[in-house]
Amino acid sequence: MDWINSIVQGVLLGGLYAMIAAGLSLIFGVMRLVNIAHGDLIILAAYLGLTVATALGLYPLIALLIIVPVMAIIGYILQRVILNNTLSDDILPPLLVTFGLSVIIQNALLEIYSADPQKMDPGALGTASANIGGISVGLLPLLMFATAIVVIAGLQFIFYRTALGRAFRAVSDNQEVAQLMGLNKRHVYGLAMALSLAVVAIAGIFLGMRTSFDPSIGGGRLIFGFEAVIIGGLGNLWGTLIGGVILGVAQNIGAQINPGWQVLAGHVVFLVILAFRPRGLFPRMTG
Amino acid sequence: MSDFELCVAQLEAHYGDFQALFGIDFNVSKGEVIAVIGSNGAGKSTLMRSISGLMTNGASQVIFQGEPIGALRADEVAARGIALVPEGRQLFPSLSVEENLIIGSQIGRTGFWSLQRVHELFPILQERRHQPSTSLSGGQQQMVAIGRALMANPDLLLLDEVSLGLAPVVIKSIYEALPRIIEGGMSAVIVEQDISKALSVSTRFYCLQEGRVSLEGKSGSQTREEISRAYFGV
Amino acid sequence: MNSSETHTVVRSSRASYMAGIAGIVVLIVLVAAPLWAGRADMRLMSEIFLYLALASLWNLLAGYAGLVSVGQQAFVGFGGYLLFALTIFGGLHPLLAIGVASLFGAAMSVPVAALIFRLRGAYFAIGTWVVAEVFRLTFAQISALGGGSGSSLPVKIVKSVASGRTMREWTSYWLALGLVVLVLVVVYLFLRSRKGLALTAIRDNELAAGSLGIDIWRTQFLVYVVTAGLTTMTGGLIFLQKLRISPDAAFSVNDWTAFVIFIVVIGGIGTIEGPIIGTLVYFALREFLADLGTIYLIVLGIVAILIMLKAPKGLWGLIRAHWGLELFPLTHRVETKTSKEDQHG
Repeated sequence: MDWINSIVQGVLLGGLYAMIAAGLSLIFGVMRLVNIAHGDLIILAAYLGLTVATALGLYPLIALLIIVPVMAIIGYILQRVILNNTLSDDILPPLLVTFGLSVIIQNALLEIYSADPQKMDPGALGTASANIGGISVGLLPLLMFATAIVVIAGLQFIFYRTALGRAFRAVSDNQEVAQLMGLNKRHVYGLAMALSLAVVAIAGIFLGMRTSFDPSIGGGRLIFGFEAVIIGGLGNLWGTLIGGVILGVAQNIGAQINPGWQVLAGHVVFLVILAFRPRGLFPRMTG
Repeated sequence: MSDFELCVAQLEAHYGDFQALFGIDFNVSKGEVIAVIGSNGAGKSTLMRSISGLMTNGASQVIFQGEPIGALRADEVAARGIALVPEGRQLFPSLSVEENLIIGSQIGRTGFWSLQRVHELFPILQERRHQPSTSLSGGQQQMVAIGRALMANPDLLLLDEVSLGLAPVVIKSIYEALPRIIEGGMSAVIVEQDISKALSVSTRFYCLQEGRVSLEGKSGSQTREEISRAYFGV
Repeated sequence: MNSSETHTVVRSSRASYMAGIAGIVVLIVLVAAPLWAGRADMRLMSEIFLYLALASLWNLLAGYAGLVSVGQQAFVGFGGYLLFALTIFGGLHPLLAIGVASLFGAAMSVPVAALIFRLRGAYFAIGTWVVAEVFRLTFAQISALGGGSGSSLPVKIVKSVASGRTMREWTSYWLALGLVVLVLVVVYLFLRSRKGLALTAIRDNELAAGSLGIDIWRTQFLVYVVTAGLTTMTGGLIFLQKLRISPDAAFSVNDWTAFVIFIVVIGGIGTIEGPIIGTLVYFALREFLADLGTIYLIVLGIVAILIMLKAPKGLWGLIRAHWGLELFPLTHRVETKTSKEDQHG
C-alpha cells in the first residue's frame, strides 16, 4: 500500500513539475530561449505570494489574483528591457544573461528574506484528504494536479485557438515574415514571457503551500522542469505533463527505497530516457 | 513629389561590408503597376526589403504617401499599408491555410479584401482551408502568400518573384488574377526575372543592374536590345 | 606578384613579444614569491591561480568550443573527492592522487559527454547541471567519505605533502602556480593547433565549419574531455588547500561555476586574455566588496549582464578594440612592411 500511495503522490507532484515545465517550454517554443532563471522566478513568486498573503491577510490561493498579473508584468518588462536584447543566432548571450539573473534573484531574495525556510499556510486544505479507492489523497496535491491540467489545457487553447497563439507560432516559424504581417516581435516575445511568468506564479504559490522553500532551491526547480520537458518531448505541452508525472513518480519511488535517493532517482530516470530516447517520449519539435 | 504614392530617393543598402544598392531613385504613382527587372543579384530583392522595412535606411530615403518611412520597422511599415509577398512564398508552416490568411489581417486595416473575397479569388484555398500550409502545391502556396498580403488591405503591394519555381500554367493563372487584385486602386510593384511577363502587366518598368537603375521607362517603349543591354550590362 | 616582398603574414607582434618576455619575468617573480610575499598574500595568489585555471578552462569550453556548461562543478567536486578517496583508502601520495584523479575525471567525462552531447545549446547547459547534481547526490550517499556532512583530510596525509607547515604552504602555492601555467599553455597550444583553428571556425560559423569537413562533434568531444581532466586536477588542488570537503562545497554551482562564468564574461569570453583580466577584476572587486556578502554576488551579476549586453567581448574586447593589442598571438594578419600605421589593422 505504501508503494501505491507513493506512486499516487508522485503523479500528483508531477502536476507541479508540469507547470514549471510548461512555462519553460512555452518560451523555448516561441523564441528558442532557455530561461536559466525560471526556477528562481518561481521562488520569487512564492515569496511575493507569502508577502502579499501575510500583509493583506489573504488566503494564498486568493493571493494568486495579485501575483499572477504582477509576475506577468515582471515578465513583459524583463523581456522588453533585457532579454530581447540578447536574442540572436548566438546562444551565449541569453544563456549567460539569464544565468546572471538567476544569481541576482537568488541573492536578492537571500538579502531580503534570509535563508530561513518559509511556508505558506494552506489552512484546512493542507490536511484535508479524500479517500479514493482505499488511498487517502490530499486535497491540496489533488487541486495542484487539477490546476496543472487546466493550465496546460489553457496554454494549448491559447497556442492553437487564439490570435495570440497564432502570433506566437508565426513569430516562432519566421520572424521576418511575421513582422511583415505587422507583428512586432519584441512585443510578441514580451507577451510570451508574460504568459510564461503567469504560469510561474501559479506554480510558485502551489510550491509554497505544499512545501517549505528558501532562496536557494530555484536551481533545483529549473532542473525538474527541464527534465519534464525533455522526458515529455520538446514542443509537446501534454508531453510535459506526462514528463512531470514520470519524474514525480520516479522521485517518490526513489524516496520510498531510501530517503536520500528521492531527487537522485528522478535524475537517473531522466538520464536513462536521454540515453535511449534522446528526443523524449513524445517529441514534436527538434531542439 | 507629393503625387507619388511611393518615392525612393538615393537609396543605398549594405549587407555588412557589401554594398547592394547605390543611389536608387524609384517612384510609384497611385494605381500604377511597376515592373522591376534585372538578373540575379542586381538588387531587386534588396530594394523590396528596404521598402518593406526588413532593412532600415535613412528615414527620408523612402517616402510613402508623403511621409518618411525609411527608418521604420517592417511591422510599422505594414501598418501604413505596404504589403510584401516575399520571395519563396514563406508561409508559416505551423499555421493552417486559413490561419496564414487571417494573420495577414492582423494589422487591422479594413477595405475590400476579406477572407471571403480571397476565397472567391482563389477558390481552392477555401477547400483546403484547414490543411497545414505545407501540404499545398507550390502554386497554391503562392496563392496563399498573395492572399495573405491582400488580407492586410494594402495601398501598395510588393510581389517579389511570384513566378519563381512554378509551372507555366500556374504562373499564367496567377498573372491572370493580377488585374482583379489591383482594380480597387491599389498600386503594385512586381519583381520578375521573366522580362516579357513583367512588361506585359506593368505600366512602367525599372531595370536594375549591380545595384543601380540601368534603364527605366514605359513598358513596351524600349526595344529588346536596349533592355537586354540594361539587363545584362553588355 | 611582388606583394610577397612588401607584405608578410605574421602571428606575433611587437606587443606579443614584449608580453612573452614580461610573462617570463612575471613567472620568475611569482615562483620566487616565498622570498617576498607573506603567508596571506601567497594564499590569496594561490586562490587567484586556481580561479584563473577554472576560468581559462571554462572559456575554452564555452568561448571556443561552444559548449556552454553550467556544470563544471561536477569535475571540481569529483577531483576533490577523489583526492580524499585515493589518499585515505588508496594510500596514494596526495600529489600522485591528484594526477590519477585528473585521469579519472577525463575518463568519467567520456560517458557523460556521450549522454549530454545529445542536448543542444542551452539544453546542453542544463544537462551539465543535472550531471553535477547527480555527482553531488551520489557522493552525499557515500558514508565512508562522510556522507552529506563531508570529511577532513587526515593529518598524516596532510603531512605527507611536506613535513613543515611553511614548506607545505610553499608547495601548495607552487602547485597552484604550476597548474595555472600548465592550463594556460595547454589552452594556448591547443588553440594554435589545427584542431584549435577548427574550434574557432566552429564558434564563428558552425555551418561553414561543417562544410569545411571539420568533424565538429569529435573536436568538441576532445575539448570536453581535456577540460574535464584539467578541471578535476584543479578541484583536487582546491581541496588539498581546503583540507575539508562536503558535497555542498565540492559541487557548489555558485563557487565553481557562477563566479567562473562572471569572471570570463567580464574579462572577455572567447579570448585567452579575457579570463586573466576577469580574474584580476574579480579579486580586486572582492577585496572591496567582500564585506557586503550576498550584495557582492548581486553586483557581480549586474556587471556581467551589463557587459554581456553592452560589450559582449568583455573588458579585453574593449582594450583590444582601442589599442589592437594581442598578447597571445592566435590570429594571423597581414603586415605591410612599408607602412607602420597598418600594423594592427
